[in-house]
Amino acid sequence: MASTSPRARMRALSSGRALFGRLPLTGKIGVLILLFWAITVVSVQFWPLVDPLMMAGRRLQPPSGAHWLGTDALGRDVFSRTLHGAAYTIPVAVMVVVFAVVIGSALGAIAGYFGGWFDAVIMRTADVTLSFPPILLAMTVAAALGPGLPNAGLAMIIVWWPIYARLMRAQVLEVRTREHVEAAIAGGAGRGRVLVVHILPLCWTPTLINATMDFGQVALLAASLSFIGLGAVPPSPEWGSMISEGASKFYSWWIAFGPGMAILSVVLATSFLGDGLRDIFDRRGPQ
Amino acid sequence: MLRYIIRRILGVPFLLFGVASVAFLLSQSTKGDPLSALVPERMMNNPEIVSAVKAQWGLDQPLPVRYVIYMKNLVQGDMGTSFNTRRPVARDIADRLPATLELVTAAMIIGTTFGMGIGLLSARFRYSLFDNAARGFALLGSSLPIFWSGLIMLYIFSVQLKWTPGTGRLDARSTPPEHITGFYSIDSLLAGDWALLGQTLSHLALPAFVLGWSVVGIVARLVRSSLLEALSQDYVRTARAKGAPERVVLINHALRNALIPVLTVLGFTFAYLITGAVLTEAIFSWPGIGSYAVAAARSLDYPAIGGVTIVGATAFLLANLATDIAYAWANPRIKVSG
Repeated sequence: MASTSPRARMRALSSGRALFGRLPLTGKIGVLILLFWAITVVSVQFWPLVDPLMMAGRRLQPPSGAHWLGTDALGRDVFSRTLHGAAYTIPVAVMVVVFAVVIGSALGAIAGYFGGWFDAVIMRTADVTLSFPPILLAMTVAAALGPGLPNAGLAMIIVWWPIYARLMRAQVLEVRTREHVEAAIAGGAGRGRVLVVHILPLCWTPTLINATMDFGQVALLAASLSFIGLGAVPPSPEWGSMISEGASKFYSWWIAFGPGMAILSVVLATSFLGDGLRDIFDRRGPQ
Repeated sequence: MLRYIIRRILGVPFLLFGVASVAFLLSQSTKGDPLSALVPERMMNNPEIVSAVKAQWGLDQPLPVRYVIYMKNLVQGDMGTSFNTRRPVARDIADRLPATLELVTAAMIIGTTFGMGIGLLSARFRYSLFDNAARGFALLGSSLPIFWSGLIMLYIFSVQLKWTPGTGRLDARSTPPEHITGFYSIDSLLAGDWALLGQTLSHLALPAFVLGWSVVGIVARLVRSSLLEALSQDYVRTARAKGAPERVVLINHALRNALIPVLTVLGFTFAYLITGAVLTEAIFSWPGIGSYAVAAARSLDYPAIGGVTIVGATAFLLANLATDIAYAWANPRIKVSG
């Protein structure tokens, strides 16, 4: 199963350029799209765009040379708002994935390695959390915390951590029975050292692939919560709340078009990239 | 295997108990007075109502006692009173559930039909132009934000092309059929009202397609891969060697065996559709529990959100249970330990 050494795979992961070269075309497109949005997030405020919060022209104008994606009900430029929207949705999605991965993996690794009552408590909590349809749990938590993007982010971390806890626990349970772990224990390594040094480095691949694929879904849920009114608060140009504004001005289709395409591009890009990474790293399950 | 199934079924009440506990804790952690989560603002001035609600929900009692009371009320089907409708949440949900189930059922029929058709043809014409185009179509369905694709489709098919009517379950002036199942399509059929049936179906078509499209990819991918596996089996080679035409090999020999894993994904699909239904209903003004939940979330109507969450989680749990049982039944080889 692990014919190439895991260490070599880790090295391959660290050399990004070589990795990029091995991605299929769709995966490369995915990387470029995500790169575009990452650059947009950090630099959009310096771009020569009209202010996304100010009236830039007449209300509800269809796309034209002056306003590439038209103007919304308050006369704001939809193109500028769509690009600025990246700075709301994407950082939230990144934070949610990072926290869910770190918290979930830590709990799952400890649960899987030490077992006992901690394992039982964590995994039953995960079971209950996974019993909710994700959007309903996120809605309930976000409503209890009150509207706002940070609260929506917290709600999404609560929804997502159990997935990584389960994933990491299963990995740890598998790796801990390998011979090198037994050798380390026989050599007198402490339990913490065995877990951190000998087991965890071999457990990351599925988590990273999953995190990549989940990123788009997290962005989608963040936009969904904003669409419902539990995420970003107006007048923020968040993609979900822009679509919500578009839904209330139904005949001006262009208001929702830009943010919808933006969300679609992020979701497609991450699933392309995730698929590509899985084909490279996970030889067990090629599609 | 029987032991596995029994253990899974026995686990459901515990999970439901956990779900209800989480819903309780969330309703308690709302900012401010929990009373404000139970009594509509306008009724706050009425001391009789306030004290009655306090007694009913034990708000003068400590948290553990309140928890017991909440659970007792829940078991009796009392989820509190919605702020928006000022009716018991359980009544609201019972009234609206058939609309959601009709939408989800229709979406599931569309999703599995398209998914199986695409999967079948993709496996037959593997790596062809059709295969790639079909997989693109399926991928698009699962990547589109449903609250956006619904909006765009509504604009194209309802506003521009006028192929489908607008939002809602019926035209504004129509009266629903007599309540038998709560599914307007079945009820109007039972009433023999063909015009109403046509209207019902034309209203159902677009939201069901938008929602169904989101699961085409899951079904198509599974059908394709399990068919490809079946096509590489010895019995398929034997059938071909005996001169069976490709269509017979595909349908009679391979598909029949490939369908077993597909059956198991239906429960999962259903669970996925519950989530999608929330947003689809919001866009299409579909009077189900999803749009009810969205309206409740927008106005911070905690009892209503809690009620829908418990009902949704129950459906989700049962669908997942059905999936696991079907899977265990179809694959006796799977490990059932752990």
